[in-house]
Amino acid sequence: MENKKKMGIKRVADCQQRLEDRRSLSETPFITGNQIIKLVAYSLLAVGALSMLLPFAWMFLTSLMTQEQIFSYPPEIIPNPLHAQNYPEVAKAIPVVTYFFNSAVVAVITTIGQLVIASMAGYAFARIEFKHREPLFLVFLATTMVPPQVNIVPLFFIMRELHWIDTYPALIVPGLFGGFGIFLMRQWFKTLPVGLEDAAKIDGCNPFQTYLRVALPVALPALATLGIFTFILTWNSFMWPLIVTNSDSMRTLPVGLAIFKGSFRETTEWGQLMACAVISVIPVIGVFLLGQKYFIKGIMLGGMKE
Amino acid sequence: MVIEVDYVKIEVMMNGKLGFKIKETFSADYMWAVWFILPAFLGTLVFIIIPIFISFGLGFVKWDLISPPEFVGVKNYLDLFSEDLFYKVLWNTFYYAALTALFSIIIPLILAYALDRKIKGATFFKTAYFLPYVTPMIVIAIVWAWIFDPNYGILNWLLGLGDSVKWLYDEKFAMPALIIVSVWKNIGYNMIIFLAGLQAIPESVNEACEIDGATGAKRFFHVTLPLLTPTLFFVSIMTVIGAFQVFDLIYLMTEGGPENSTMIMVYWLFKQAFEYFNIGKASAIAYILFIIILLLTLAQWKIRKKWVLNE
Repeated sequence: MENKKKMGIKRVADCQQRLEDRRSLSETPFITGNQIIKLVAYSLLAVGALSMLLPFAWMFLTSLMTQEQIFSYPPEIIPNPLHAQNYPEVAKAIPVVTYFFNSAVVAVITTIGQLVIASMAGYAFARIEFKHREPLFLVFLATTMVPPQVNIVPLFFIMRELHWIDTYPALIVPGLFGGFGIFLMRQWFKTLPVGLEDAAKIDGCNPFQTYLRVALPVALPALATLGIFTFILTWNSFMWPLIVTNSDSMRTLPVGLAIFKGSFRETTEWGQLMACAVISVIPVIGVFLLGQKYFIKGIMLGGMKE
Repeated sequence: MVIEVDYVKIEVMMNGKLGFKIKETFSADYMWAVWFILPAFLGTLVFIIIPIFISFGLGFVKWDLISPPEFVGVKNYLDLFSEDLFYKVLWNTFYYAALTALFSIIIPLILAYALDRKIKGATFFKTAYFLPYVTPMIVIAIVWAWIFDPNYGILNWLLGLGDSVKWLYDEKFAMPALIIVSVWKNIGYNMIIFLAGLQAIPESVNEACEIDGATGAKRFFHVTLPLLTPTLFFVSIMTVIGAFQVFDLIYLMTEGGPENSTMIMVYWLFKQAFEYFNIGKASAIAYILFIIILLLTLAQWKIRKKWVLNE
């Protein structure tokens, strides 16, 4: 026994010695192996980041160029002089303000609706005991496996039957439902302590009041995650708004911009196109930068769903 | 005497004979749960579950939206299987998905490995890599179409190619160009998931590596990568499925051309349904896509069970 203990101590000491040896071995006076690795890591990351950001910079710079500057060869990288005229001009060419307004209305209402519907269902699945709870939850979870493109044709007919084509409800209502939000909210509510609702129950709150006053306030981080996700996804969504809108007054920004691009295909209005692209990207980048922490958390959660 | 336990009511009868019967009732909690879930359930039923069945049914009819739908059995499917374009579209879709997934795994993995140490400005890097992921595809399409422009685009100028490579206008280069754009968009998302996977590897494992002298490539391939297999499988499933669903990119950059070289399933489905009004054919394509995605998911899950080390 004593012997074994001694052996153990000796092995630990041995390991420590070997670790020391390795560390001192790599500490040559000039550059250490670790520093080389770090240098390689930094250069890789920098090159990658540059290739991510350059297209955005190029978009912004091109939006500030005149026709001659855009079609100069070799390309003029920094426009001189700056030409901001593209922005008012694109607003004259297409109803950018209407598109922007429609996108904002659809994205905001969809986000709020998702938050209400998903948090209620998620709360019930996590905190209320009832019959057939788990199988029912699995049904919701399974719907996340259905690719939306498979449903797009029948969904279009449902919209037609409801006389919703080219209206806000068609743009908003189908986007309110989805298994992911319910899953995310349920995961969050499940982590809350068991006795959380007790005080509220004793005070005579019914389950809805408990959800509203006790559960929702502590679920703010999960709501933020789901909200940012839904907002960005809805703002960017393209196929569905393309199919269910057919008038300029109902189009969202991506669809309006796509039609503008199509009409100028292979022609020349790159400056105006870029200006409109800059306008469309600002809200999502803004929301992303504000809620980056929650967005990344949501992705990690999505990554753990198995 | 009545004892209520959750949604089961037990009536114990004390008069005369001794006995009890169990009666199912709806407790107050059950009714509350119904109200909480009802909105989500109705919406999911009407806008997700019912359409799956309608879509399946529409695959067996011929319908051009003008004359009434006509039942034709499996004709839509048989027609598809005898059409050359179907195989081309299938091949294009697989080709696009495979190459997109390959590069959307390798590049983010390397970047995440680089980022998984004490790096100054890690937050900046994460933000920068993430921007393409949150950007609307139309914006990406406009910028990259301009970058790829054979005459005035910055890419050919940077690469010194003159106007020799016509990118989106060339049958050979259109698909590679689209793959470049989609990998560019995917990198940030996959990198974050890989980073989470790397950070979940316990510090003790890394210390053990150091003690045993396993460093650099040896450590990466023999320790880190095997421990990362669950993440790797998750990312590959998600990326392949995402690639099979691509639509915006094709619609906005090539419209399936030139010469159908970038015609892929969802875009073909869209064209059949909303441009040619072949509702039956479009629904058949949709179901084939659905089945491919389902099979892929199941196959990868099976492989995962076999190969993943640390379940």
